[in-house]
Amino acid sequence: MTNATKTETTQIYSVYIKADAKKVWDAITQREWTEKYGYGGYADYSKGTGRFETHPSQDMIDAGKANGYEIPDVIIEGEILAYDPPTKLALTWHMLMDPETAKESFTKLTYEIKEVPGGVKLTVTHDLEGAPVLAAVTSGSQEELGAGGGWAWILSDLKSLIETGEALSPR
Amino acid sequence: MTDDDKVLDDAVFKALADPTRRFLLDLLFARDGRTLTELESELEMSRFGVMKHLRVLEEADLVVTRKSGREKFHYINPIPIRLIHDRWIDKYTERRASALADLKRQLEQEQ
Repeated sequence: MTNATKTETTQIYSVYIKADAKKVWDAITQREWTEKYGYGGYADYSKGTGRFETHPSQDMIDAGKANGYEIPDVIIEGEILAYDPPTKLALTWHMLMDPETAKESFTKLTYEIKEVPGGVKLTVTHDLEGAPVLAAVTSGSQEELGAGGGWAWILSDLKSLIETGEALSPR
Repeated sequence: MTDDDKVLDDAVFKALADPTRRFLLDLLFARDGRTLTELESELEMSRFGVMKHLRVLEEADLVVTRKSGREKFHYINPIPIRLIHDRWIDKYTERRASALADLKRQLEQEQ
């Protein structure tokens, strides 16, 4: 390729979910939902502004122990940039679960929920500039190494949980 | 699986049935976030032809776009394919399937 363009560091994911916006918003922000799909864990965004911390679920702590390592008490940290229920949540996002990703820059993550006929369209935009290790995890390319399937896996699991009441990987 | 999912599934398979559209997805997989002009330069096809293919990919939700200033950037969205994958391949088959896929890749490289 002749035209040298900068490496694209943004990942965008979109999924249609048959539910109302409020339910999808709750599934992203409320502990009783977030612990049931994807990587699990929970954060408190309810102040709507300032710093947030995501904590591991007990499952995660137990799985870590069983594999001989300790899961930190804060696995993701960041700042709430926009908190507009039930349409938009924007965050800075720094993954501390892994020492390699902990060394990387803060990334920017935005959830947008838009009503469409029959449900909503959830779009996740993750700007991963300065975080190549995290970008590999969120893209799902580390799945075979046990790092989970990234955003595609999380969102597929979320859709399944909301629509059927059961996650793909029930816990 | 809802009726809307079935409609989207049809759109996904229809979109993937065309070699030009698969090529466009390959281009975005190699480097995401390209403009129409960049994509067009890789194809022997009119701008309108490329736009039409991109529209089919967008309707199937396989491509998502983002506007920044006057530019429109195109991103590959793997979720529709992931949903199809999750429907038919469970965790255990997946390991076997990926082992076979690895074997195929290895054998083909040796040729």
